[in-house]
Amino acid sequence: MEKNYYVELKGVNKSFGSFQASKDISFGIEKGKLIGLLGPSGSGKTTILRMLAGLETADSGDIIIDGTVVNDVPASKRGIGFVFQNYALFRYLTVYENIAFGLKVQKWPKEKIRARVEEMLRLVGLEDTAKRYPNQLSGGQRQRIAFARALAPQPQLLLLDEPFAAVDAKVRQELRSWLREMISAVGVTSIFVTHDQDEAIEVADEIIITNEGRIEQIGTPKDIYRQPDTPFVAQFIGQSSIVEDFRRFAGFEHAGSGATRAAVRPEYISVSKQGELLKFPVNTETGVVERTAFRGSEIELTIRVKDTLLTAKRLLDDAPVSVGETVHVFIYRIYAFDNEKAYVIENAALTSPDSIVI
Amino acid sequence: MKQNEQSGAVKWLLIAFSAIFLAVMLILPLIYVLITAFREGVQPYLEAVTDPYALKSIQLTLEATVIAVVVNTIFGLFASWCITKFQFRGKKVISTLIDLPLTVSPIIAGLIYVLTFGRQSFLYPYLKAANISIIYAVPGIVLATIFVTFPFISREIIPVLTAAGKDEEEAAALMGAGGWTIFRRVTFPHIKWALLYGIVLCTARAMGEFGAVSVLSGHLRGKTNTMPLYIELLYQGYDFTGAFAVSSILVVMAIIILVLRSVLEYRGKKNEE
Repeated sequence: MEKNYYVELKGVNKSFGSFQASKDISFGIEKGKLIGLLGPSGSGKTTILRMLAGLETADSGDIIIDGTVVNDVPASKRGIGFVFQNYALFRYLTVYENIAFGLKVQKWPKEKIRARVEEMLRLVGLEDTAKRYPNQLSGGQRQRIAFARALAPQPQLLLLDEPFAAVDAKVRQELRSWLREMISAVGVTSIFVTHDQDEAIEVADEIIITNEGRIEQIGTPKDIYRQPDTPFVAQFIGQSSIVEDFRRFAGFEHAGSGATRAAVRPEYISVSKQGELLKFPVNTETGVVERTAFRGSEIELTIRVKDTLLTAKRLLDDAPVSVGETVHVFIYRIYAFDNEKAYVIENAALTSPDSIVI
Repeated sequence: MKQNEQSGAVKWLLIAFSAIFLAVMLILPLIYVLITAFREGVQPYLEAVTDPYALKSIQLTLEATVIAVVVNTIFGLFASWCITKFQFRGKKVISTLIDLPLTVSPIIAGLIYVLTFGRQSFLYPYLKAANISIIYAVPGIVLATIFVTFPFISREIIPVLTAAGKDEEEAAALMGAGGWTIFRRVTFPHIKWALLYGIVLCTARAMGEFGAVSVLSGHLRGKTNTMPLYIELLYQGYDFTGAFAVSSILVVMAIIILVLRSVLEYRGKKNEE
């Protein structure tokens, strides 16, 4: 089935010296979507973005934007908006001149430039900063101006390189939802690079996960979260504990597939104190709490179960658990993986008919 | 408290030492230059500096300096642009070669040009046929001055360009700007102060150059004598008043440049904040 993609990469390779940054990259993006390129640092996500922008040239393969192969089209002719990691605002130009820059280059008439710059400033809610210089703005304001500058020439494709990396945690949270709303309001196809999975899951319509220059998985945040395809994704997504031999846990003894290792996420572990009512008395393990850590909204527990350390969570309102205490541990679901693929395995108690639910 | 007193003593000791050092090494000789220049009164001083040969040497020095500064500004901009903005083989070699004039003695620089363009050179017949004389003529002096001063401008610009990175230029390029627009509106504002500072240093060095120019000039009074060469000539002829009078002009020019340098440094720093 040939989908109607707006941006498409076909078998793209790129090396820097002996380091292969992109290995046979192929994917397609539909018009109007907001895509997150997610991966650890050095996984090649920024290289993909820079090749799309024309700041790097692919060694082989095709890059197609709006039906045209753009391999030999220079960056300046691709009509792409780009937001740099540290914004790259022109230091010696005012905010107004920064936003007007691309329009002036395209020789817009003066009145239209003025109108467009004012429109962009209104859009990002920073009308009163027009005469300021970038170093007189806060981090969050710079981000918004960089966004306004990239969007001013009405690009069909917007690329953002780690757009939230340079602002502090509080502002980052605000900017995420702000950016999400802006992009859907403007309706521009957008791709952003991030190493932060929460960011990708929260902001993107679709996520492309990269690792060691390859694409591991493409899917909606929900798919990626619930159905990891590859061992890398199973371990990378979520705050997983890695288990060497998952069949030792009750409820997973007879699981199929040849895999032995598994990733266990805290949200799929339920911890009960002794004496607390058990949801699933069958297939419940016991473990000893080794560490408790206050995480603000929840308590993070490190529990030793059958010689394996698992990370689990309890709510603040739950009865407190102390170090050294023996607790009941029920694992709902694990992500088993071998060298090739990842598989979701549910606890047998959830699927077999003879389990007793109280 | 005790720590403070101690460091106070150290502070004054260091200040006193620096002050005495500067007084003995710099200020005293400078005063002596002026005293000697005016030793026989104002009239001989004016005669010495308005002597046709003296005026000719001032003119030649200014000419050589202006040409050297213009050439080195262009070269310095291109060299630092290519070294900081592009990756290529041999980049280290170029960047090291730029520093060569700082390490090679100026006399050797002069001799290199004598060998390259002089009678022994394979180029000589062609130059002669084209009626171009370089050795013992003004072009040789200009060439020597350019050689000696060419590191100054690029050495000032390269660190600034390196620190600024490529992001802003890339952003401008992505918006469709051409090379000249990028240079004029994005790169040049970054390097403006460093460039002016480099030009000032280059000017100062070009005016004072003696060694390389001395080899290439041939010491033709009124033709190929720059100020430093002319001063040496007067000095060798026991014309102390004349020598120091012309020196005083060179000193005044140097002081003007020093003031300019301080102003530029101050403006540049303020601009960075």
